Amino acid sequence: MTSTRVRRGAHSEGKRSERRLAWMLCAPAALVMVAVTGWPIVYSVYLSLHRYDLRFPGQQEFIGLENYAVVLTNSYWWTAFGVTLFITVVSVAIELVLGMALAITMHRTLLARGLVRTVTLIPYGIVTVVAAFSWFYAWTPNTGYLAEAVTPGSAPLTERAASLAIIILAEVWKTTPFMALLLLAGLALVPDDLLRAAAMDGAGVWQRFVKVTLPVMKPAILVALLFRTLDAFRVFDNIFILTSGANDTSSVSMITYSNLIQGLNLGIGSTMSVLIFIAVAIIAFVFVKLFGTAAPGSSAQGGGR
Amino acid sequence: MAEIVLDKVSKRYPDGALAVSDIDLTVGDGEFVILVGPSGCGKSTTLNMVAGLEDITTGELRIDGERMNERAPKDRDIAMVFQSYALYPHMSVRENMAFPLRLAKAPHEEVRRRVEEAARVLDLTEHLDRRPANLSGGQRQRVAMGRAIVREPKAFLMDEPLSNLDAKLRGQMRTSLSRLQKQLGTTTVYVTHDQTEAMTLGDRIVVLQAGHVQQIGSPQHLYDRPSNLFVAGFIGSPSMNFLTAVVEDGHLRTPLGEVPLTDRVRRHLEAADAPRELIVGLRPEHFEDAALVEEHVREEGRTFTATVDVLESLGSEKYAHFALETEGVRARQLQDLADVTGSADLATGGTAQLVTRLSATSGARENAELTVWFDPDRLVLFDPDSGTNLTYEG
Amino acid sequence: MPVETASPGRRRTWWTFVNVVVIVYALLPVLWIASLSFKTKETVTDGNLVPRDWTLSNYGDIFRTDEFVRALINSIGIALIATFIAVALATMAAYAVARLEFPGKRALVGVSLLIAMFPQISLVTPLFNIERELGLFDTWPGLILPYITFSLPLAIYTLSAFFREIPWELEKAAKMDGATPAQAFRRVIAPLAAPGVFTSAILVFIFCWNDFLFAISLTSSEASRTVPAALSFFTGSSQFEDPTGTISAAAVVITVPIVLFVLFFQRRIVAGLTSGAVKG
Repeated sequence: MTSTRVRRGAHSEGKRSERRLAWMLCAPAALVMVAVTGWPIVYSVYLSLHRYDLRFPGQQEFIGLENYAVVLTNSYWWTAFGVTLFITVVSVAIELVLGMALAITMHRTLLARGLVRTVTLIPYGIVTVVAAFSWFYAWTPNTGYLAEAVTPGSAPLTERAASLAIIILAEVWKTTPFMALLLLAGLALVPDDLLRAAAMDGAGVWQRFVKVTLPVMKPAILVALLFRTLDAFRVFDNIFILTSGANDTSSVSMITYSNLIQGLNLGIGSTMSVLIFIAVAIIAFVFVKLFGTAAPGSSAQGGGR
Repeated sequence: MAEIVLDKVSKRYPDGALAVSDIDLTVGDGEFVILVGPSGCGKSTTLNMVAGLEDITTGELRIDGERMNERAPKDRDIAMVFQSYALYPHMSVRENMAFPLRLAKAPHEEVRRRVEEAARVLDLTEHLDRRPANLSGGQRQRVAMGRAIVREPKAFLMDEPLSNLDAKLRGQMRTSLSRLQKQLGTTTVYVTHDQTEAMTLGDRIVVLQAGHVQQIGSPQHLYDRPSNLFVAGFIGSPSMNFLTAVVEDGHLRTPLGEVPLTDRVRRHLEAADAPRELIVGLRPEHFEDAALVEEHVREEGRTFTATVDVLESLGSEKYAHFALETEGVRARQLQDLADVTGSADLATGGTAQLVTRLSATSGARENAELTVWFDPDRLVLFDPDSGTNLTYEG
Repeated sequence: MPVETASPGRRRTWWTFVNVVVIVYALLPVLWIASLSFKTKETVTDGNLVPRDWTLSNYGDIFRTDEFVRALINSIGIALIATFIAVALATMAAYAVARLEFPGKRALVGVSLLIAMFPQISLVTPLFNIERELGLFDTWPGLILPYITFSLPLAIYTLSAFFREIPWELEKAAKMDGATPAQAFRRVIAPLAAPGVFTSAILVFIFCWNDFLFAISLTSSEASRTVPAALSFFTGSSQFEDPTGTISAAAVVITVPIVLFVLFFQRRIVAGLTSGAVKG
């Protein structure tokens, strides 16, 4: 009896050393992540409750929620918020359709499968700013082939609707391949036998897609949508290069940046940061609660099998 | 070459689960010993403890008289073949087989010689420069064997090495494995869940269930004289039939009719102070179509007549299944057996299943009556509570 | 999907058509900016898809300016250092996540998931001020730190997915073959883990190389401005009459390494991108 007890002690010792090792291995990564995100988040909440303008450093003081009142009653903020939502919803919707088409193409194509896959990765790899410049010049009158061909005699990047369309085009071009890859991985999870069985049961191509493929892929689709929605909400690079926010095309990221660099008002800037953070949290919450998106983190527990 | 001794070896996991309980086993020099049992019986844990991949909780492991409990796997000089083969995917066949020798810092010339010798024995010479990914299942299995034999270790440990092969290849590999082991004469401990593999390969078999040794003995011994219900049901294919029986006035009343107790059996029952209700066991191969049994032999045995439920003809022999209108057998050990083999019908109430093996020339037909002969002296009696074989003689 | 009624020839034509559309879609903007970079100053505004006059002068121009060369050095240096550190930290953490049981694992995975989805702009304002006060503003570490932070989740996911795929039984096999734990790691596990580590390194490098928001917010001079940020300052620079050609040339220069990565490591990048996100 005694010996068993001693042995058990030794075993929990082994367990404890496994924990210690795990913590030691994780500590550096966790520390960096918390230090570079956690502290600034707390700090931005603190700043958002203060008057803090770098142009008037002497006038720092606690003002409660006054900054929030200023931002939330500001029409520029709400315009930017609307633009961001618009770009997010439209571009993610288009990406989903195009991405699915691309994924099916990659999944089913008979020829040059490797070539197609490689080529579709290029938009993912290209620096967003480079792509944005390409679109910028393409739509600039005189310089661009698209401006000449599609809208001769006008300057699309000086009109609000056209600008938004081009921003969405640039976003869609850049991120559809990523969407397609995530969906492709989901497609690969649909067993061929299931589709054959559905065909034997009398389902046509479209019915097989809607009734079999889509439901089986649902988790993959939701994860892809969640990732892309949150990513699209951050839209910045394309707007910066294409319009610099002219003609009411600023996103929330764009106006936060402008406020920081041109306004140097850290109180207002931090307030916007906190508001964006809350908006993103709400989006994520909606996805997880309403659609039941399995957080990819949960799979990290269960192992990949 | 070595003798492996497990002296009251137990394994208890940190969560308190007892995986292996007090195993006593001596594997003689050059002997081929099989650990067999259903999954979760502790056979792989036992093997891993011998290998040094798992710690021994209590008890002692000795190889050639030396205590091994605290030795690292690499210092035990034993080789292991894994179920998944565990071939290094980034090394060629040659590098895989040379790996243990390189680690032991053997001279290059010797490494080359021994790898090529092993490759020749295992018929792998032309595949030496290929990667494991480009080999068939059987070839991979042979590479795993090759990696074990190049070292000329004291002992081989094999953890279900054939279970990833298809049935036909498994049969072939079984034969060549047996031949190879005899040729090398290396002590081998082999783990399997397949009783056929156990019967055909081993010098001796250790039957394990729920961490406890049920019986140790030669294949024939286990087949003829199982020590309890579990071993009786586990060894042999198709499995032994179990029926309820009651002792009455020197007779045994069974669903197959009254059977007189032979003197031998009566002596055993008296010695064991057996209860009146018993379980009777009869192997399918101890039955025969009564029409094919010669008259004088027929009189020595008993017959019963029943309707054939299912008839399976294998060409060389026939299996006739009967559904007997009688109470099914209930015993804890049989329930264990049913759980692990997934054959729940062993313990269904209402009807009892009986499988009989008949000669190919039998005229039995499905849904027709058939008279079947059996030899009452071959029947085995078990205690329903403990599962002990009451007619066992060591 | 089971073969439908269409004849093999027609299906072939259809797929060829689809593939051509996909390839044109993906490559057109890239080819366009490359085309601009080869145009002469006189023809750059002709709106032609293919240059009428080919020239390399734009490339000559950018490599003669400190503005670009300095930014290129910054980009390479910052991305390489950030990649190295992020992958080193992520490898340790991913090993623990994939192989060990410990309390706090869910929290770690959860936190990194949050960071992966975090609106980076929310950090820009506070980081701007913190870095100013710590003297990190407009320095290499000032960019390297946020890059490490935001690439760690990606790297941890990718690597733990790869690590779970390694047949760890090989570690046992190596021990039975006479290897010490260190030898088992060095000769068996490390060679198998290397592709995963390499793949995450590529993904992290692409992320760092791509970033614009931090690069433009947390820098103010050539000391640490990376190419994407520097590109946006070419516009209107008095140094060039018309920056179109030079911007395009610079854009092509920073695109080439990525295109090469993609061409050579296509399979791995796909595996890496999808491993973390879709498993389970």
